[in-house]
Amino acid sequence: MRYLVPFLSFFTALTLLSGCAMPPPADLDVRTTRPTSDGQYLVTLRPLVPVVPVNQIHSWEIAITTAGGAPVDGMHISFDGGMPQHGHGFPTQPRVTEEMGNGRYRLDGVKFSMTGWWEMKLRFESGQTREQVTFNTVVATPGADRKLAAP
Amino acid sequence: MKNLKHVLVAASPLLVAAGLVFGAAAAPDDWSDADIAVLKSLNIKTRQERSDPSNKYEDSAAAAALGKRIFFDPRASANQQVSCASCHDPRQQFQDGRPLGQGIATGLRRTMPILGSANAAWQFWDGRKDSVWSQALGPLEDAREHGGNRVAYARLIDAHYRQEYEAVFNSMPDLKTLPEQASPAGTPAQRAAWAKMSEGERQAVSRVFANIGKALAAYEKTLKLGPSRFDHYVEAIAEHAPAAAQLLSPSEKRGLRLFIGKGECVTCHGGPLLSDEHFHNTGVPPRDRFAPDLGRAAAVKAVLNDEFNCLGKFSDAQRRDCAELEFIADNDPHMLGAFKTPSLRNAALRPPYMHAGQLATLMDVMRHYATAPAAAVGRTERKPVSFSAAEMADLVAFIGTLNSPVEETDARAAPPSRSVRSN
Repeated sequence: MRYLVPFLSFFTALTLLSGCAMPPPADLDVRTTRPTSDGQYLVTLRPLVPVVPVNQIHSWEIAITTAGGAPVDGMHISFDGGMPQHGHGFPTQPRVTEEMGNGRYRLDGVKFSMTGWWEMKLRFESGQTREQVTFNTVVATPGADRKLAAP
Repeated sequence: MKNLKHVLVAASPLLVAAGLVFGAAAAPDDWSDADIAVLKSLNIKTRQERSDPSNKYEDSAAAAALGKRIFFDPRASANQQVSCASCHDPRQQFQDGRPLGQGIATGLRRTMPILGSANAAWQFWDGRKDSVWSQALGPLEDAREHGGNRVAYARLIDAHYRQEYEAVFNSMPDLKTLPEQASPAGTPAQRAAWAKMSEGERQAVSRVFANIGKALAAYEKTLKLGPSRFDHYVEAIAEHAPAAAQLLSPSEKRGLRLFIGKGECVTCHGGPLLSDEHFHNTGVPPRDRFAPDLGRAAAVKAVLNDEFNCLGKFSDAQRRDCAELEFIADNDPHMLGAFKTPSLRNAALRPPYMHAGQLATLMDVMRHYATAPAAAVGRTERKPVSFSAAEMADLVAFIGTLNSPVEETDARAAPPSRSVRSN
């Protein structure tokens, strides 16, 4: 049974993605909480909208803790990314506009111009610390997940 | 894992049975649910009209009526012979069918169709304008297009449209003491005359000029694209209507499958207008390979410095409405040689293709994407795709199903104008 959950998530991902012209790699790591490059921090990235839209500017939240779980404030964060399968970047230049406290930061100006696999890369700077982390986000065709919501 | 295999093997007769049951209700032409979700996302009816907070007159019927008269008025040019309609011909889906626009002189790029332009955050092939009203001002002062200057445009309004103008906007400024011709973007003499005007005079004239753009944008907003054969097909498919299969020819349907599948066309040509409204370098050969057009890369600074942008003093928007400008990508190397993805609505009706009309036919466009040549400037995003001649013909046939009627909404039926303050 413990194999069934990953299997089902993989199957769900396939159902969602089969509408994309170019599906992302089958083994794409889509975890939304990931350690930074040398493991010093744990970063969670989540959209501040219920459904990630195509071609609309919206906001995300970055939450940083130490490996031990303590929130990390005062971090300078820069953003980069794009679509590795299409060789282009984001249509906007998202940036952190607000430190929300408790290790949370607001990332504004995010826009996806199409469905598919997007890399969202964060770089962290604080004093001597230079760390980075890359998240994989798969933007689905609007309405493609409706079937999954049905009973 | 072994257990899971057993479960699947045991369940397979059930899955087959379920397939038979659901098979009876399968969509016509064997589209999967995921395919149908993609097809529905291309339906013109899913289009959500963007409102433009930088133009508070965009829904004013009186502004639209004034804009329509200016749109067709050839006096709005240096030689009294060029109107907006000269290139944006309503008999040709508001474009001109020429490789390069032809106004006072020959332009540098292909005339874009007006329909659907309000959907985009950025206007022109390179996005050097951030609203429809600001876009409309560009050609008026471009030496190759209308070749006019903003004091002359203010005089045109004063002489021929004063009453209609003042009914929509504020009262016309007094132009008597101003030079005949002056503009910050004109000939050296016009620029010198502009520099001699007071700051108040310059602002008053630029305000009239901006309002001309806002009236033109209000008119353009009354022009809509209706449903095409493709949209009727998608609706019939989504409703599992038996007649759906007859709405497109076998070749058009094969083309549609390639469009959303192997051809990957839909990744950029997505949404109800079949455009992501963004900029891509697809290696289209420049007209002059010794002086290639830099596209979006050269336009970012222009729009940031444009006095008629969303954050400028002639905009009606609040700062929060200008997120596109605020988060503009100003250092993206992919923007070198990148041009805006055009809508494919009515594309079959408007050869030649690409930003400078470099390709004569849609078959040439297919050959371009199949071979994906290296870019003359920057790097192409495209890789070659192996298409047979028949597959390319199918894709071209599919694009023909996107021909949409152009509808002009009755000005009297237009929604009432929002509360309009004089400014």
